[in-house]
Amino acid sequence: MSKIINVLLVGVGGQGTILASKILTHVAIAQGYEVKMSEIHGMAQRGGSVVTQVRMGKDVYSPVIEPGEADFIVAFEQLEAYRWAHFLKNDGVLIANTQKIAPLPVLIGAATYPEKILADLKERIERFIELDGLKLAIEAGNAKATNVVLMGVLSKFMQFPENSWQDALSAKVPAKLLELNKKAFSLGVDGAKIR
Amino acid sequence: MKTLMTGNEAIARGVYEYGVSVAAAYPGTPSTEILENIAKYPEVYSQWSPNEKVAMEVGIGAAIAGARSIVAMKMVGVNVAADPLFTVAYTGVRAGLVLISADDPGMHSSQNEQDNRLYAAFAKIPLLEPSNSQEAKDMVDLAMEISEAFDTPVMLRITTRIAHSQSLVDLKDPLEREVKTYERNPRKYVMLPGNGRARRLVVEERMQKLADYSETVAVNYMELKDQSIGIITSGISYQYVKEALPTASILKLGFTNPLPSGLIKEFAAKVGKLYVVEELEPYIESEVRRLGISVVGKELFPPYGELSVRMVAEKISGQPGITVAPAFETPIRPPVMCPGCPHRGMFYTLKQLKLVVSGDIGCYTLGAMAPLEAMDTTICMGASISAGLGMIKAHPEMAENLVAVIGDSTFLHSGITGLMDVVYNGGNLTTIILDNSITAMTGHQDNPSTGKNLMGQTAPQVDFAALCKALGVKRVTEVDPFDLATVREVIKTEVAASEPSVIIARRPCALIIKNTEKPLYVQDCTGCKMCIKLGCPALSFDQESKTAQVDQALCTGCGLCINVCKFNALRKAGEDNV
Repeated sequence: MSKIINVLLVGVGGQGTILASKILTHVAIAQGYEVKMSEIHGMAQRGGSVVTQVRMGKDVYSPVIEPGEADFIVAFEQLEAYRWAHFLKNDGVLIANTQKIAPLPVLIGAATYPEKILADLKERIERFIELDGLKLAIEAGNAKATNVVLMGVLSKFMQFPENSWQDALSAKVPAKLLELNKKAFSLGVDGAKIR
Repeated sequence: MKTLMTGNEAIARGVYEYGVSVAAAYPGTPSTEILENIAKYPEVYSQWSPNEKVAMEVGIGAAIAGARSIVAMKMVGVNVAADPLFTVAYTGVRAGLVLISADDPGMHSSQNEQDNRLYAAFAKIPLLEPSNSQEAKDMVDLAMEISEAFDTPVMLRITTRIAHSQSLVDLKDPLEREVKTYERNPRKYVMLPGNGRARRLVVEERMQKLADYSETVAVNYMELKDQSIGIITSGISYQYVKEALPTASILKLGFTNPLPSGLIKEFAAKVGKLYVVEELEPYIESEVRRLGISVVGKELFPPYGELSVRMVAEKISGQPGITVAPAFETPIRPPVMCPGCPHRGMFYTLKQLKLVVSGDIGCYTLGAMAPLEAMDTTICMGASISAGLGMIKAHPEMAENLVAVIGDSTFLHSGITGLMDVVYNGGNLTTIILDNSITAMTGHQDNPSTGKNLMGQTAPQVDFAALCKALGVKRVTEVDPFDLATVREVIKTEVAASEPSVIIARRPCALIIKNTEKPLYVQDCTGCKMCIKLGCPALSFDQESKTAQVDQALCTGCGLCINVCKFNALRKAGEDNV
């Protein structure tokens, strides 16, 4: 536990990064880690790029993750995976939901959505996972469960016991949505393959 | 029990645990969640005030009357509250009074980067700086104790990384909440010059006592390790230092006005090379230099932006940083006005009419972004109207092509006096109030136009039209902002009028209404791109088919784009499909 684990959750305002970070920190605290988490609220929430930083370990001081220091990046959207990729450690794991959400400059034709995102990421990053989390979430019963699908993927690469994730889901997800989210989580676990 | 909390949640918990009875604030990032979380404890009376000056005065009154009180605001809010703050430093308090200043190094959500530690020094009040959520909670207790022991308001200064970062906090049972009886004492609380001069001396005596206290208070302490390097630090910078330089000796300062000169000298004598690591202004560093101690600070670290672990490591230990892969080139994803925002059409119309727009703070500042780009100035809360008046006094002919645009909460905060000035000084200005009846940008806080208060009770609603008329504005027009043709005509008429006018455009925030409309669909699009100029996130242009597309997940069916489409290509669900 002496090593600090850095997890970056990146996406677009409204994609559910906050619930995902709550599940993750619940697991880490239950496993005896000290946890720090940082989020920037305010203007960015209006459809802007959002990032949640989670750090866990024995003694964690700074709440902020710097470029080149993330052990895990969970990107809820392709372009955001691309935007934050340089925050990953050399041997880090990048999990990218292949969903695309065009930012306003693309919508109004002032910029284009990069086409080679997945190819570039695959080339640079050894431990790269891409999956259609949105599709799996719909399969589980609700598009909004994409965040939990992605936590399922992440759980495959972190050294936490399976039941600790199940406990976190029970603690953080409303009871009536628990079964759906458990299904979403397990679809994420099954979908977690490094290409 | 230990719980993960943001600094803002921890301060609210401290308010609950340490006997605070009254809390007031005006919302502003990164301070907003302090009051939102206090409101979860019904034991504490909490309220949103129309602005920070009012909030400060509510806190002052409550503290003079005998209740522990807390007032919270973002750093620029302290500018608004500075007037009462500087004088309550003279009167002192009867029960504890704590001002939370939430500063924003890096300007994540602010128009400037001021370091409010300088306010504490300027106003001659004690200053506390927590470096994590636990300290933020504990310092509510300490601040109240200091406030009451020294009969002074206290500033608790946090930064965005404290306010919005979560760390573990130990929860305790609340103290008994008691409000002292009110005691009349005009010599202390009526700041006539004669009384003020007497209190002025009290302030100096108090500062002397506080300087002694600063030497021994537990939140100022040395961590002696390798004594070849010594670092003086406070707030979030302490965390960066601990991680970057685990073996260095540290003087950690939690109580930073007045600074402990004896402790600083003692620490400096124990260590080899001395550094100060602090964000923004050389606040601690200047004091160390004043003491005649050689120190390294702002030669290494910029007086702007945030510090980081890596920056501290590289600058002080000279460790070369790790090699980081270059960032990929990506289009930016700026914040945008929401799909369905009823006030987008106003900015579209202002751009079409090529008007000069004196703008203001809030969601509507996003009207400055492409493709709307309908804003010429934004300075501070309320400045749209008064700055607009200044512009037309400089160039009287500008009155025919200039408008001031302001939201409801901002107008109530500090736009009313500007409008009074327009009327009083014969400014032929057109003011547009975009009324969504909520303080939206900071996350939907109630205000005097909402009809509800922070404690969840029904409240009277300000009548904007009646208010403007009472100020002397004769031309007050109310419009539906979705009716673009009318909006356009009314603006043209009012800008041309030779007296002050107000246009009130009223529609609730798209994020809080229960929307029953279905998304629009596109039929027979000619590819003219007029709708794209609205900058709605639900509309895009498909390069292959050369037609507009409606994102079915984002479109709220508000129909604004139907107004601008000349070819009837955007249609409501259920309308003729042929």
